[in-house]
Amino acid sequence: MKRVLMIVSLTTMLTMLRCGASEAEGMSAHGFLQGNYSVATDDKNPDGNRFKWAEERAQFKLDGSRNEERFFLKTDVFYDNIDEKADVEMREAYVASSGGLWDARIGRQIITWGVGDLVFINDVFPKDHEAFFSGRPMEYLKKGSDALKVSAYPEFASFELVVTPFFEPDNMPRSERFRMYDPMPQVTNRETKEPPANLKNTEIALRAYRDLAGFESSFYFYKGFYRTPSMQPDSLSAPTKITLHYPELLLYGVSLQKSALDGVVSLEAGYLVSQDDKTGTNPLIPNSQAKVLVAYQRQIIEDMTMTTQYLGEYMLSYDAYEAHRIQGFPKEPLYRQLLSLRLQYLMMSQTMRLGWFSFWSPTDKDYLLNPEIRYSFTDNLWGAIGALVYGGDTDTTRFGSLDKNDNIYTQARYEF
Amino acid sequence: MIGYLFTIIISLMLAATAFAAPPDAGDIMKKSQAAFFYQGADFKARVEMTLVGKTGAERRRELTMLRKNYGPSGGDQKYFIYFFKPLDVKDMAFMVYKYPKKDDDRWLFVPGLNMVRRIAAQDAHSSFVGSDFTYEDVSGRDLDDDTHTVVREEKIGSLDCYVVKSVPFKESGSAHKLSWIDKGSFLPFKEEYYDKKGALVKVFTAVEVKEVSGRLTVTRRRMENVQTGTKTEVVYVKAEYNVGIEDSLFTERYLKQPPKRLVE
Repeated sequence: MKRVLMIVSLTTMLTMLRCGASEAEGMSAHGFLQGNYSVATDDKNPDGNRFKWAEERAQFKLDGSRNEERFFLKTDVFYDNIDEKADVEMREAYVASSGGLWDARIGRQIITWGVGDLVFINDVFPKDHEAFFSGRPMEYLKKGSDALKVSAYPEFASFELVVTPFFEPDNMPRSERFRMYDPMPQVTNRETKEPPANLKNTEIALRAYRDLAGFESSFYFYKGFYRTPSMQPDSLSAPTKITLHYPELLLYGVSLQKSALDGVVSLEAGYLVSQDDKTGTNPLIPNSQAKVLVAYQRQIIEDMTMTTQYLGEYMLSYDAYEAHRIQGFPKEPLYRQLLSLRLQYLMMSQTMRLGWFSFWSPTDKDYLLNPEIRYSFTDNLWGAIGALVYGGDTDTTRFGSLDKNDNIYTQARYEF
Repeated sequence: MIGYLFTIIISLMLAATAFAAPPDAGDIMKKSQAAFFYQGADFKARVEMTLVGKTGAERRRELTMLRKNYGPSGGDQKYFIYFFKPLDVKDMAFMVYKYPKKDDDRWLFVPGLNMVRRIAAQDAHSSFVGSDFTYEDVSGRDLDDDTHTVVREEKIGSLDCYVVKSVPFKESGSAHKLSWIDKGSFLPFKEEYYDKKGALVKVFTAVEVKEVSGRLTVTRRRMENVQTGTKTEVVYVKAEYNVGIEDSLFTERYLKQPPKRLVE
């Protein structure tokens, strides 16, 4: 099946390339060719490779509409030079329909909620963390959801309801390519168990939004699963096998945004109930949490904007966690804080973009630094070069664990 | 009684003199603003921009701009801009709620992430999509931010123009601006922007003026930066007034999926 898809995709793309991108009646076809390489700077990968990412990729997008109906297809074909294999990836594929006060969209689609910049509280949709840590273009941080999305726009508020019958986990950095902390490295027999598709496991995400006293306000609800796996060893004293599974999650959240203080001020909060460990006594399942994000964006000089964020994560059943936590496993803090800074400077008629992004946690004492330069050579061709630097006081924290994975990456894309 | 009559005569004479005097510069600029930035209840244009670098290299932008007025000329407006080219920003949409007395509200839709982002908006003087036009050049500037004086009257071709000098009260993109306002249509046919040292920075030229839906409109314009050697030419390939843009266009719903009827 995959092979057929690949041949079809390639043929279509070659045809498009030969004819030039077309804009037929109600139909548009575009795409790009891309090279993306990332090389480790301080240590080889666990598999002995130097590259975190090395691929050539072609994407084609087909967008068609007639009256209120629309279909959209975004498919990638790529060759992975590290694993030496070609593959097809269906990034998005949906049909959509609109009425006076409603829209509906069914199929694979990318959905983004919340006001955070690389900080996700109410954005409960699948992500590709490996893509971000490997220096891939930002859009690859998001994965599609195979879902039905219905939006309604009555007078008093707007609503989005996302029903996802098929669970899609986050993509975590591969252990062959990334050196990371593992609490049980001796247990190599591992099995991943995703929640099977059935009515009970169908994820429901709801967002209601409107203006409230000048604040753009959103309220969120999610019933589904954590997308990062939890480890369940068959025995704690003498484990032989680890099952990676996705515990149930219930989330209530809110976000507010407003122009203020000569910039944009954003607030977001979430109350996460760990359904499989409500009492907080199971150390192998995430504890319930309250999270709050405060962000501020403004232009500091002409063509330069700054965004700074503060994230606080509060563990709700800390006493139970402390009483039951596994000795030898790193201890989680009661209150974790994370700060971020983004700077973006546009130069040379906005053809050159200098970017800086960093995370720093005063609690974990770890960091991520991401400088990047992007230049548009022509209207169709751009290239970027950047670095990802990780570090921390200990190798058990989020970015401290990635300490040995610093990399320099390049991206080049020709759009057609 | 005679004294009373005399007062009346003097007053009438003064009034007559006032009537014959050239119109107030503030009035001219108000009429110019109405003709240039506020025509119609709403406006739609398919826009092609050509950015020419100092080496002559060209870059192109293609977009549809929609505008709707809220209140009288000089009041609030909403803008909706949908990008076709360059291809790396295709399907991006940009929405602005413009308030003359305070910072705009701005939103950007990023299609690759299906994400609406709020953008800080203090940069009225920075470049619009890399061109020689600033945000302010695209959507106008609050007239009360400057003092206006008619410095002379001059012909541009066959057109009689007022030459109005506008000096901002506070920090602005330029130290002062001269505008050549046509006495008939009140459209600016030329503008010169000067820096603090009094040197010329940018020159605006209305290259082509045509009737669009019965209203005189600058359909081709150029902004040239004489200091950097770059220039931008903007052409309205198609334009129309009073399209009937609904208020609901300026919402997150349509920012994410603009109605084809309006953007194509």
